[in-house]
Amino acid sequence: MAESTRARSDEPQSDPRKADALSAGPVPVGTPTVRPAFDDEHPPSAELISDCVHCGFCLPTCPTYTLWGEEMDSPRGRIDLMKAGLQGAPMTDTMVQHFDACLGCMACVTACPSGVQYDKLIEATRVQVERHHTRSPGDRAMRAAIFALFPYKKRLRALRGPLRAYQASGLPGVVRKSGLLERLAPKLAAMEGLAPVLEKREKLPERVPATGTRRAVVGLLTGCVQGEFFPGVNAATARVLAAEGCDVIIPRRQGCCGALSVHNGRQEEAESFARATIDAFEAAGVDTVVVNAAGCGSSMKEYADVLADDPDYAERAKAFSGKVRDVSEFLADLGSVAVRHPLEVTVAYHDACHLGHAQGIRSQPRSLLKEVPGLQLKEIPEADICCGSAGIWNVLNPEPARELGDRKARNIASTGAQLLVTANPGCLMQVSSSLERQGTRIGLAHTIEVLDASIRGLPVSTLGPQH
Amino acid sequence: MSGTHGTQTTAGPVLGDTPPEATSATGEAGDNAAGIEAVGRVARTVMPETGVIADPTQLRTYECDGLAHYRVTPALVVLPETTEQLAAVVKACADHGVPFVARGSGTGLSGGALPRADGVLVVTSRMRTIREIRRADQRAVVEPGVINLDVTRAATGEGYYYAPDPSSQQICSIGGNLAENSGGAHCLKYGFTSNHVLGTELVTPQGDLVQLGGLAPDSPGYDLLGTVVGSEGTLGIATTATVRLVRLPEEVRTLLVGFHSTDDAGAATSAIIGSGVLPAAIEMMDALAIEAAEAAVHCNYPDGAGAVLVIELDGAAAEVEHEYALVERFCQENGAFELRLAIDATERALIWRGRKSAFAAVGRISPDYIVQDGVIPRTALPEVLRAIAELSESSGVRVANVFHAGDGNLHPLVLFDGEKEGATEAAEQVSGAILDLCITHGGAITGEHGVGVDKAAYMPKMFTDDDLDTMQLVRCAFDPGNISNPGKVFPTPRLCGEVPGKRKKAHPLVEAGLADAF
Repeated sequence: MAESTRARSDEPQSDPRKADALSAGPVPVGTPTVRPAFDDEHPPSAELISDCVHCGFCLPTCPTYTLWGEEMDSPRGRIDLMKAGLQGAPMTDTMVQHFDACLGCMACVTACPSGVQYDKLIEATRVQVERHHTRSPGDRAMRAAIFALFPYKKRLRALRGPLRAYQASGLPGVVRKSGLLERLAPKLAAMEGLAPVLEKREKLPERVPATGTRRAVVGLLTGCVQGEFFPGVNAATARVLAAEGCDVIIPRRQGCCGALSVHNGRQEEAESFARATIDAFEAAGVDTVVVNAAGCGSSMKEYADVLADDPDYAERAKAFSGKVRDVSEFLADLGSVAVRHPLEVTVAYHDACHLGHAQGIRSQPRSLLKEVPGLQLKEIPEADICCGSAGIWNVLNPEPARELGDRKARNIASTGAQLLVTANPGCLMQVSSSLERQGTRIGLAHTIEVLDASIRGLPVSTLGPQH
Repeated sequence: MSGTHGTQTTAGPVLGDTPPEATSATGEAGDNAAGIEAVGRVARTVMPETGVIADPTQLRTYECDGLAHYRVTPALVVLPETTEQLAAVVKACADHGVPFVARGSGTGLSGGALPRADGVLVVTSRMRTIREIRRADQRAVVEPGVINLDVTRAATGEGYYYAPDPSSQQICSIGGNLAENSGGAHCLKYGFTSNHVLGTELVTPQGDLVQLGGLAPDSPGYDLLGTVVGSEGTLGIATTATVRLVRLPEEVRTLLVGFHSTDDAGAATSAIIGSGVLPAAIEMMDALAIEAAEAAVHCNYPDGAGAVLVIELDGAAAEVEHEYALVERFCQENGAFELRLAIDATERALIWRGRKSAFAAVGRISPDYIVQDGVIPRTALPEVLRAIAELSESSGVRVANVFHAGDGNLHPLVLFDGEKEGATEAAEQVSGAILDLCITHGGAITGEHGVGVDKAAYMPKMFTDDDLDTMQLVRCAFDPGNISNPGKVFPTPRLCGEVPGKRKKAHPLVEAGLADAF
């Protein structure tokens, strides 16, 4: 059947194998009517693709493979599709659908024994998709809205007022119970369900001086979602860094780091956010740029790739990427001097994909947490598998994201921990909405908030909203 | 297709690989289009739309299993979720004379799940429910798509585990294990899949559902279950498997032992087994394999080792204690320069990680490689290893060795760069010569990866025409239409009605009135 379909599509280049056979043989007459999926400007690298030996070790850690059990929604299947694209296959809606379905969690990169750099492959592919694929009007509108909102602090801030009023009104319960929004606009419903209960904003000065002897001068990225939805995390980060002897510089000019754009193939937008971020921190003159959001840190470490083709920025981006540290990575290297007060609490630590898989940072947050007297650390089963947040994936793919979130919530609940700790705002929003749905009562906090509470001698009850 | 031997897991050539010519093993695209259409119609009525794949872009992702050297795009892929759906599709294939191939996770290393261009690929990855864990009976009843390691995970809380552990256990499926009679590091003590499957519900190539074996051991009558396990998908598709669960041992000790040479490590292995100690596993890796594993997973194996042994002892604490003392002595007597005992689960996992990732890890030190699989009597180990080293030296083709030393199951990894002129052919030659070595030393052409499409051409080296014809009779008894994974295992696939060409007179069994020629 497939063959007959293929025969009907009548362009020689629609079959990648035939296209290739042809390129070796006689030159076909006339111009091919099908445009190959990728152009020549940084398509996914054939060399990196050839590292894949098709062993399948990536499959069990791939969230979409665990959900659907199909090859084209697995890392090695997507690599096959990229290969097809390189061989001249057109960028069909089907092909794009499978690239879009990838969460970009990079669990496959950790799992791969052959060292396939799937992260680079999918990012290059996404740029090509954005360049050559026309999305449906609905999808376009949704993406436009997301990218017009999330990377901009002021717009997010404008949303805070109405959101707080909505949350205070008791409406959320009614809306969720009615299921009306879910039926009318599942993606909007997903966003509504994900919005965290907003805390009061704490305004940070441009400079927080070190306590005691100065050991380092660091810049702090405050981010967009982190800054507006979880302002307490930035304040805690500044306090802990200062307590550990760091002068903390918080440049006013900084904006979004561009992580969402990088991870979604919006190249130009990503480049301009990257340039602005570099400018802001270069002006601040810091040796290290500390980041407390896993997704942001991961993409800032990639700036060298993002700006590789920009002659004015290529070198600067490389130098900048070399200065970026996740806060747990930085603190573990620095070694602690501030006294930790006991926190009698069992903690389940959730590895954010962009911290564990993308940056390889797993032991540092754990060892920092273990330094807190009285704190007991629990491991979450299936820790490798993404919670389904994945940047904006949970907004664009609400149903599978919910399945993944619920699976994660069940695993978290099975640890019996009182507090869930993780290092990414996306994970916190996703997991908390799943836990709430499931009725699990557990506190939520960022790693740094736990350290902050311990250093300041605050009680456990101050950590995270209790569900 | 040049590679008729050697399990070639090749990373390239990625661009420009030409479609394999249609052979009797792969079928020809477009053949029996009406039949495929009809099977597709049936599939769409019995299962959800998402379970039937006919889009060429999507079909392409199913063109190979773990042996990427052979690629054939199937005409249709189905992903049944229930036994009934699967049986209905197979029945439709039988009704329309359409060949079908079963596939689990697609990790096989002999091309056993290589699709047919004129056929249907039946993928069991959505049949992944563990139906029952019967702790008191030490049994689990699982669907074919269940991942090997998930059976152990489900049983661990009850104090049990599933013993066969292929290196790909984190992703390979029980159905695939059953088809290939998969082994693994711990088969030395616990046996292969055939020792752990007690029953299966099988969809025959006619689409009938039959139960072979069950919860109790040893059903009366012919051992049809034994026939089906390891039949590589040629006798039907298992839709459930009843497997044995083994009690978790009271104590496990995992040792990593460094030797200067494979000769020393081989001698230590023989000394251990010869003394009557039966470790759960004895695995060997040579210097090249160690280099690859280090590059991939930083397993921190002893510096400068010419070979390492991974030895695992398990059982009652007193027994393990006693065996450990013996093993330690035999290793030292045979030139071990470092002996490391894993002190906790993390260290044990790291030792095993180095070993289990070795195949794929070789990709880090060589652009292309062939994973060979052969088996020899354990005592022939040093001699065969030396012969392999000589082969490697005279041909200039590097060979890394990873293997189950305890039971003589070799996995030489033949390294080459497919971009270099003539390198592929040289590697295939060495790979083939290694199989010859196995045969001449009283071994076999596959220890555990199966024959599949990859080694079918080697079967006549091991078996006479009469042997092969007899095997055909078994196959035809199950699959007279020759539609269940045709073209695999046997070198010259004959339809069941065909008279084998080479034979001059009637088959001896037929002549003796013991069998019918189909």
